[in-house]
Amino acid sequence: MSTNKRKILVCGGTGCISSDSEGIIKNLELELKNNGQEENAQVVKVGCFGFCGQGPIVKVEPDNVFYVRVSPDDAKDIVEQHIIGGDYVERILFVDPLSNQRIHDYKDMSFYAKQHRVALRNCGEIDPENIEDYIANKGYEALKKCLTEYSRDEVINIIKESGLRGRGGGGFPTGLKWEITKKSRDGEQKYVICNADEGDPGAFMDRSILEGDAHSVIEAMAIGAYAMGAQNGVVYIRAEYPLAIHRLMIAMQQAKEKGFLGKNIFGTDFNFDIEIRYGAGAFVCGEETALIHSVEGHRGEPTVKPPFPSESGLKGQPTCVNNVETLANVPAIILNGSKWFSDIGTEKSKGTKVFALAGKINNIGLVEVPMGTTLREIVYDIGGGILGGHKFKAVQTGGPSGGVITEADLDTPIDYESLKSIGSMMGSGGMIVLDETDCMVNIAKFYLEFTQDESCGKCTPCRVGTKRMYEILDRITKGQGKPEDIDNLLELGEMIKSSALCGLGQTAPNPVLSTIKYFRDEYEDHINKHYCKTGKCKDLVKYTIDPEKCIGCTACARVCPVGCIAGEVKKVHVIDQEKCIKCGACFDACKFNAVVKP
Amino acid sequence: MEKSNIHEQTTSVKDLPQDLFDELRKYIDGLEDRKGSLINILHKAQSLFGFLPREVQLFIARELGIPGSQVFGVVSFYSYFTTKPTGKYTISLCMGTACFVKGADKVKFKLEEKLGVKFGETTPDGLFTLRDVRCVGACGLAPVVLVNEKVYGNVTENDVDRILSDYQE
Repeated sequence: MSTNKRKILVCGGTGCISSDSEGIIKNLELELKNNGQEENAQVVKVGCFGFCGQGPIVKVEPDNVFYVRVSPDDAKDIVEQHIIGGDYVERILFVDPLSNQRIHDYKDMSFYAKQHRVALRNCGEIDPENIEDYIANKGYEALKKCLTEYSRDEVINIIKESGLRGRGGGGFPTGLKWEITKKSRDGEQKYVICNADEGDPGAFMDRSILEGDAHSVIEAMAIGAYAMGAQNGVVYIRAEYPLAIHRLMIAMQQAKEKGFLGKNIFGTDFNFDIEIRYGAGAFVCGEETALIHSVEGHRGEPTVKPPFPSESGLKGQPTCVNNVETLANVPAIILNGSKWFSDIGTEKSKGTKVFALAGKINNIGLVEVPMGTTLREIVYDIGGGILGGHKFKAVQTGGPSGGVITEADLDTPIDYESLKSIGSMMGSGGMIVLDETDCMVNIAKFYLEFTQDESCGKCTPCRVGTKRMYEILDRITKGQGKPEDIDNLLELGEMIKSSALCGLGQTAPNPVLSTIKYFRDEYEDHINKHYCKTGKCKDLVKYTIDPEKCIGCTACARVCPVGCIAGEVKKVHVIDQEKCIKCGACFDACKFNAVVKP
Repeated sequence: MEKSNIHEQTTSVKDLPQDLFDELRKYIDGLEDRKGSLINILHKAQSLFGFLPREVQLFIARELGIPGSQVFGVVSFYSYFTTKPTGKYTISLCMGTACFVKGADKVKFKLEEKLGVKFGETTPDGLFTLRDVRCVGACGLAPVVLVNEKVYGNVTENDVDRILSDYQE
């Protein structure tokens, strides 16, 4: 390939494919052919760029030009204006939400400026279905180095000294986990498992890594297997991720053909192979003992630790379970050294963390930042601020196990310990931004509905406790709260936290406890005044039309899905409270603030 | 409380196509670790039959030499498996947090209203099944609706008619 040949990288992640990035690829190839440009440019389908809210994304290299929301019809202009004419296609350049300027060089995009991509280093850079691309980016060199230059203990020491900790949420030091598994019954059959059952609603980094760079996970599993003395690996992956499964299978097949998996890897006596096991939609299977039972084909119920999987895991043998993002860091650490990694981050949390930024924020997507970055930087600099100019209210981190972070803690440097100290947690990295239109009681109820549904039912505190908490929250949002409810929620929450069997139950009350801590007034409003200031709790809302402000434009009547608004043109309209379903459409439609919530 | 049993909780369907059973048997026979692969086998069975009626669960149990109750225990544990027949098109609404805060509940209401069935049910003509799914990991496109495998992003209640019209027969 000549060096001056341009590459047109098109995102082939799930999000962009659903908005027809396949059609873009097809049209680009056609346009290149019709214009006789195949010598000068090549179309490459790559993994996720992370900027999912702006998809489909096309990036032209080496020009570093980043096109957003591209449609198949734009292919003609990209080829004619950019590839042939050497000019930007202005209308599909990204508009920075802060400066309102179109960005010409991808490096100037605020979304990427503060990011430091380690786990996502190859996502959006290489063709995930072509092992040659991965090899060209130093792929499998780390495995070779380990097998031919380092002893098993040396590999473990590198990971230990790097300070890498579990990215699935637990934050347990990875090197230590490897060391314990290595020492456990050494010489016997052992297993390494990759936990790709990303069950946390609102997190999608593991999916993107597997879709965009599955080889780095395979390579890391092989490195771990060598260090710990395992010969078999299992990837436990959600059945809901068909594209990730497809790409992982291709990557495994290619790795086998190249001899990176199988017998006598790199001419050594190290043998290692991986098989895929499917999850089937159970959040609790993110807990390692439950996951192992599921891999064995049973109900995914956790068991008491000890024994830890490192002593007795899959088929009773020593087993190490690592999360996808944790593994994706490993080859980079081996190649660049532990100091390179531990220089990034804070005292106790080293390296970077990928967050899935979603909710009421301008720039939605995956962001990878050094540990110790503040929430303010993530929300305002990278995230481009709150959607629609609304007011920031809180960020929910750690999913159903986490809590909310308010304005007061926006400048906290994010790491495992700091998040715990303010009542939230790292979790797997879901980050949901909420604005003033979101009701915190309703959000807490959403999470409890999820956890009580996902509770496996094995232990009473979680099975019954989450159910009771959910019932109380449900009553509160329906205007049937009682004065003692808040105290009961706190007491129940503390009880469940201290007595549930596994991580699911022990953390399930967190969203409730943390919203009570920071937004107690909202709970009190719901209970004492039967009032929800956001209007999200439908049973507590009553929309009325202010006759002083209504000019009779009929906008509200036209959008009402149940036709409960009566009134003639240029006359005051009235809402029939009997028929109203409290959807809020009239409130959103009125340009004159004439529709009022109580 | 009445003790529920497998007969009350599973659908029985007689006269399922024999060739599908043959294909499932072939798949099972090709596995190294048959008992440990129960979940993979159930996935395969559900992709063949569309759902897991009692006859299919018992067939798998006999093939593996395990009690039917054990198979049913696994089927009922995981939300991905269904024991009810589904419509030609399954409309899955993502209920992840990002979709929730972006108003997935309005889409849910609209879908139920348009199709006249609740979530978890199938329309009488057998065309659509409504179900809510766990986060599908396309949070950048919230709210997300899937029709079988096709993903629709940034769906508002106003898009529901347009989406359904793609599949009206």
